[in-house]
Parts: sequence; structure tokens; C-alpha cells
Amino acid sequence: MDLIRYQAPELTPWSAADRWSNLRDELNSFFELPVWSSFARKGQLFTGWSPALDLYQSNDNVIAVVELPGMRKEDIEISLHDGTLTVSGERKQENSSYGDKAERTERYVGTFRRTIALPTRVDAGKVSATYRDGVLTVTLPKAEEVKPKQIQVS
Amino acid sequence: MNTLTRENRDDAGAQTEQFVVPPASVIEAGDGYRLEVEMPGVNKDGLDISVENNELRIIGRRSLPVVEGTLIHHESRPENFLRRFELDPSIDANRINAKVEQGLVTLTLPKAEHVKPRKIAVS
Repeated sequence: MDLIRYQAPELTPWSAADRWSNLRDELNSFFELPVWSSFARKGQLFTGWSPALDLYQSNDNVIAVVELPGMRKEDIEISLHDGTLTVSGERKQENSSYGDKAERTERYVGTFRRTIALPTRVDAGKVSATYRDGVLTVTLPKAEEVKPKQIQVS
Repeated sequence: MNTLTRENRDDAGAQTEQFVVPPASVIEAGDGYRLEVEMPGVNKDGLDISVENNELRIIGRRSLPVVEGTLIHHESRPENFLRRFELDPSIDANRINAKVEQGLVTLTLPKAEHVKPRKIAVS
């Protein structure tokens, strides 16, 4: 199982200097890495696609919201293993044909895998997910034994 | 020919609203260009695409799902999206077509008839 520290999405605030600050951040984070891990993470650091993930917690559920623009529902895989949620899949180059010439390629095409440890035990049998406007929402109901309970004073 | 890929990043008319720059790809395909911009959480109603002074401007406002609960891990950005391109003179701005599917905005920018290669018959 690979638990990978989240890499900031390559979205930068609107400013003329954002290219440079982006490059600077990348260089900074590269030099902050211990030497032993730089090889293992090389792919992640420079080319990988790691979609942004938000996690919410309510009394009854843990909810994960993942930004996955331009995918097909069938190409998204969700799995639950040992208290960690993994969202993975492959984004394919759609409607491209022979003779197309890329002028600028910023979109990442290919496989991705995002794993996150859940804060509490969940009922794996009741997990549900929706995919709308390129945003995946996974609802994981908490296991009965971890739900908060009101105790009546008798 | 590749002015479409030139971004307008001048700060004239600085925006008061904060935006993030979404990733975009430009593909020369067939008789024009295809522009793909990633805007997760944006649907048809949140899109505002305009051409003014040869500048193509794409704004995407998100309508994110309302989630009940407290946020315990946060990576997404709350800002809306903005991307601007300078249009190549060969593009017929009146025939630009846009669609949005699962947060991916795809624009088709056809070249104007007069710039397409044509055979000239010898009489």
C-alpha cells in the first residue's frame, strides 16, 4: 500500500508571476526532501496527477470530496482497505484522432491513485458515491460502535 | 499560427475577485483548435465565456455539493476559475462552440473559411 503525502495541485493564484512561484515552490519542496526519498518520489513530484481531496466528518458519516474533472464514471475505482480509502483510475485522452497536434499540454492524462487514512471506522457495506460536474463525493457511514450516542440518565 | 496558445497575463484591469488558473490543453485538430480546460465543480450555469478585443476569456464558477459535517482535511481551492487566451487571427470567433462535461470545458475553435487551404482550378 502506498501512502503518499499530498502534493499541492498545480493551481496557482492569478498573477503574472505564478509560473515562477510555482517553479520556486517545486524546487523548494525538492530540496526539503530527504535524499533517500527523492528517488522514490520523483515521479510524483514532477509528473504525477494527485487530485485534490477534502474530507468531512459528521455525526453519522465521513465524506470524501475529490476533484476529478473530465473522467468517465466507469473509469473511477473506489476501494476501502484497513481503514484507508483509495480512489484510483485512469483518465483517457478523449476524442483525439490521428493528425492532432498538441500546442500546449497541461492536462494530465493517465492513471492516478489517491489514498487517505479515515479518521474512524466505517461500515464498508454501506459506502455510496456520486460523480457530478467532475467532482466525486464518497459517503462512508460510520460503524455503529463509533457513532456518538446519547445516554439517558435514569 | 499559434497565437491561441499565447496566454494573456497582463495585469491591466486587475481583478478584484480572486481566481485560480485551471490547467488547459490546446490541440490543433482538423480545421481548427480544440481547447480543454479543467474546471471541477463547474456546470453549464457557472460558465461565462466571452471574446472581446480578440481575447478569449473563460470564467467558471463552481457549484460544489453541499456537504454536511465539519471539514477535517482540506486540499481543494475555494476560488473560481479564470483563463484567458489571445485568439489567433485565423480563428472564426463567431463559430466558437463550447460544452462542459463532468467539469471539463471543451471549446472548438474553427478556422475561418478564408484561411483554409484551397485548391485553385486551372482554367
